[in-house]
Amino acid sequence: MAALTFYRRPSRAAKLRPPQDDGALYGPVLMTTLFTILFDGVAYGMLLFVLACGLAVTLGLMNFVNLAHGAFAMAGGYICAILVNRSGVPFFVALPIAFMASAVIGLIMERSLYRHLYHRSPLDQVLFTIGLTFMSVTAVDYVMGSSQTFIHLPEMLQGQFNLFGIGVGRYRLMIIVICGLLTLGLQLILARTRFGSRLRAAVDDPRAASGLGINVPQVFALTFAFGSGLAGLGGALGAEILGLDPYFPLKFMIYFLIVVTVGGSSTITGPFLASLLLGIADVAGKYYVPKLGAFVIYTVMIVLLIWKPNGLFGRTAAR
Amino acid sequence: MNADRTVGEFALNRSRWGWSEMVFWLLAVASIFVFSDRYLILTEIAWLGLFAMSLDLILGYAGIVSLGHAAFFGVGAYTAGLLAVHGIVKEPILALLVAGLAATVLGFVTSFLVIRGSELSQLMVTLGIALLLRELANKFSNITGGFDGLQGISIDPILGLFAFDLFGKVGYIYCLVVLFVLFLLARRIVNSPFGLSLRAIRNNPLRAAAVGIPVNRRLVAVYTLSAFYAGIAGALFTQTTALASLDVFSFDRSADLLLVLVIGGTGYLYGGLIGAVVFRILQDLFSSWTPQFWQFWIGLVLVLIVLIGRERMYRGVMWLPRNFARRFGKTKPAAMSDGGAS
Amino acid sequence: MSIRTKTLLQVAAGAALAGTFAFTAAQAQETVKIGLIVPMTGGQASTGKQIDNAVKLYMQQHGDTVAGKKIEVILKDDAAVPDNTKRLAQELIVNDKVNIIAGFGVTPAAFAAAPLATQAKVPEVVMAAGTSVITERSPYIVRTSFTLAQSSTIIGDWAVKNGIKKVATLTSDYAPGNDALQFFKEHFTAGGGQIVEEVKVPLSNPDFAPFLQRMKDAKPDAMFVFVPAGQGGNFMKQYAERGLDKSGIKVIGPGDVMDDDLLNGMGDSALGAVTAHMYSAAHPSQLNKDFVAAYKKAYNQRPGFMAVGGYDGIHLVYEALKKTGGKADGDSLIAAMKGMKWESPRGPISIDPETRDIVQNIYVRKVEKKDGELYNIEFATFEAVKDPGKTKK
Repeated sequence: MAALTFYRRPSRAAKLRPPQDDGALYGPVLMTTLFTILFDGVAYGMLLFVLACGLAVTLGLMNFVNLAHGAFAMAGGYICAILVNRSGVPFFVALPIAFMASAVIGLIMERSLYRHLYHRSPLDQVLFTIGLTFMSVTAVDYVMGSSQTFIHLPEMLQGQFNLFGIGVGRYRLMIIVICGLLTLGLQLILARTRFGSRLRAAVDDPRAASGLGINVPQVFALTFAFGSGLAGLGGALGAEILGLDPYFPLKFMIYFLIVVTVGGSSTITGPFLASLLLGIADVAGKYYVPKLGAFVIYTVMIVLLIWKPNGLFGRTAAR
Repeated sequence: MNADRTVGEFALNRSRWGWSEMVFWLLAVASIFVFSDRYLILTEIAWLGLFAMSLDLILGYAGIVSLGHAAFFGVGAYTAGLLAVHGIVKEPILALLVAGLAATVLGFVTSFLVIRGSELSQLMVTLGIALLLRELANKFSNITGGFDGLQGISIDPILGLFAFDLFGKVGYIYCLVVLFVLFLLARRIVNSPFGLSLRAIRNNPLRAAAVGIPVNRRLVAVYTLSAFYAGIAGALFTQTTALASLDVFSFDRSADLLLVLVIGGTGYLYGGLIGAVVFRILQDLFSSWTPQFWQFWIGLVLVLIVLIGRERMYRGVMWLPRNFARRFGKTKPAAMSDGGAS
Repeated sequence: MSIRTKTLLQVAAGAALAGTFAFTAAQAQETVKIGLIVPMTGGQASTGKQIDNAVKLYMQQHGDTVAGKKIEVILKDDAAVPDNTKRLAQELIVNDKVNIIAGFGVTPAAFAAAPLATQAKVPEVVMAAGTSVITERSPYIVRTSFTLAQSSTIIGDWAVKNGIKKVATLTSDYAPGNDALQFFKEHFTAGGGQIVEEVKVPLSNPDFAPFLQRMKDAKPDAMFVFVPAGQGGNFMKQYAERGLDKSGIKVIGPGDVMDDDLLNGMGDSALGAVTAHMYSAAHPSQLNKDFVAAYKKAYNQRPGFMAVGGYDGIHLVYEALKKTGGKADGDSLIAAMKGMKWESPRGPISIDPETRDIVQNIYVRKVEKKDGELYNIEFATFEAVKDPGKTKK
């Protein structure tokens, strides 16, 4: 199945190409280009996943609509930027710090504010978290200014190297490695560890779980903090590709929601596959049919949601 | 509640006008004379209120959430704009209806995509439709003017009599009248058996289907109606500002709309209107106070509304006028304590 | 009727009755009011902030009294949404009785206010928006920023003369992007150049990767780039990431992509990019050195071309008031502004008396490192360039 689509795409693309570049440029290059595009798409998708999976957890497992999720990602990005640019902390040290710091912020917010709202209506949650987002956007604008911020990367992460003719971006490769490991880790934690089973129990039936001696609020708080931490890490990783400015939470809120909705919010496999699919579709669509580039991601989303209204891996009874 | 009270009677009771409703509309009329230097923002409040009311029709009465209501607003706006630019329908009121119908058609077609699925997928499908329309409008820039917006819109006098003026007085009265007429219509509809069946669906679709309500058909109908209202709001926007640009479709517009409605409360038609008044006035006050950081204070207000709770907050605000009424009016402010149906 | 219904209605009624908001429109004869409408929030916020900063800086340096009149600037945020712009402009004109409206971060915003300027005879000083036709929308519009045609045609001519034969273009898919593309293409192909690839990027685009890959595959000598102010940094980052800097594909374009306030964050990948624009923070004049130093001191940031547009805009208002002797009606002000010449931080500029558009030097610049910082170093000057978008007609 995969092979079929792989071989058909280039010919379609050749037809769609504007007439002026019917040169000797394309041909043997096509296959390697295709892999480069796939590679870029996977990296982009992985990044989306790390950014959005915290939202999948809060939304799917804890039934909480946290539109301020992007604010945690932004916090991570700015913390990383300040550490690297102003204090000269190495990038690979700054990444875990960004994760921890965002997680701590998440924990504090959960304990002080969010937990009071778990039983409120989704619309109240929307109002509350949008309010928080506005506040965070303006606060960052006040402190950091409204221009884009960049993180100075170490030399070894810059540029591309050539692997069998396929252009492999170093930075994107790092994203794929980090995000891949994280995904595996997450899956293991959820499926194999005691915490994972506690979490699943707490989600399935909080009352029964607390009857069994599981400290449900604590489990939720830790989960929330972990999701925020991941967002922070995603923000730090994504600054290079997505850019980082105070409007980050508002700009990318849509993308997070798309990932979670398409993936279905009951597992993390769903959002993961959805991220990959959307990442590849977006990059490939923009490469092969640039004229329709802006339409790809929305069209894919709508079609998928009409086909599977509860997301790719949604529980049918999911709210 | 007496056993012999029928549904019809109940509906009739609900639809009776209370004093506060009358005061609301009297104040709206009074605003024409009192705030004569603020017509523009009042106009904005009027079409925003209508727009929010259209969302209330689906959210508050049928439980359909939407994050892409700007799609209908935008179609209404562009239709009104194109009609004026090309001189197809010159008369504003007629153009308003045509624009509303254009949005209605879109609403009917898309309703089938929207009414199935969970709340979350409803949100995203509606959002996706609005964003796709925005991109389409950008692509077909020879028709829509693209990013620069539709150029050369000039609106003829209403009924050939009342020209839109620089101060916005005619525009405001026009919006207010349209708003009131459509409000009456909506009020009639939601209190009709049709409206009651919608509530039944919202509360429990399964049970509603079991008592013989054609759930899907009703949802399609109300979604289409709501699209009509949103289209009219969009057309009012274009006619009063002589503008139609891409941001009529923007995500921000849909999101703001949801905020407006949730601030005011859903499911009683006035929520959107009150939300529009509160949201716009707060926005105006904050942004003239601090043009750079007003979003922070709006955010804070939203957070506080949720944390304190709407009911408690309003009780606080009401303390002064209630005290006033108790001391001088002797008449007990109605309904503050008459527990009953919601 | 539910409790909630009534409660809320009573609140609304009560709040209005209590009369919590009072609107005043006081006006004094001795002040000249300027309504500054710029985006201070949203994606275009950095534009508005630069303009606001520059205007404040100018007023600090030159005092707030001109020709016996006190200057009062009323700042409004339109978030780059045209209906906001229109409402704010209208309220400023009708209620605050401003003498001048200024700012306008994006073209639709400038368009939206144009009929008001005509109707109320209030000068509209455009400090940022760069589409050619803006000044034709009202006889009361004056521009102190630039037009995209000015810089795009010049970089087109320059490219042809400097051995660049094949160019791939990457422009944002909206009116200014299309403007830039069209003018560049006209001049570049007229000189014998060839466009080998043409890509339009959606305006809200998080990832440039696929488009850059197309650029790379087309193997041009150079790529012509226009992205709106603010996205340039993001773009250059990915340009370097894809190894395009090493593959010998140069970046050329109008100067928006190399905006001074972002340039330093882009890293060394930006080195060697050639752009044509009206302002560089490295412009070698004493006036500019003072301006940059003062701006940096006040805001801890390098001024970009948006700041200069604002700085010159307020200067134009001051000078016009001096010329009219304090007369602040629209017709006298516009008459005074027409043909005004002065030395700006960007170099000598003037207002074309016919089109009311800006006439200025366009510099071809290359990104180089100076004192450890990246700067656009000017190496060729095209003097007194009028807007080709209009002279063509």
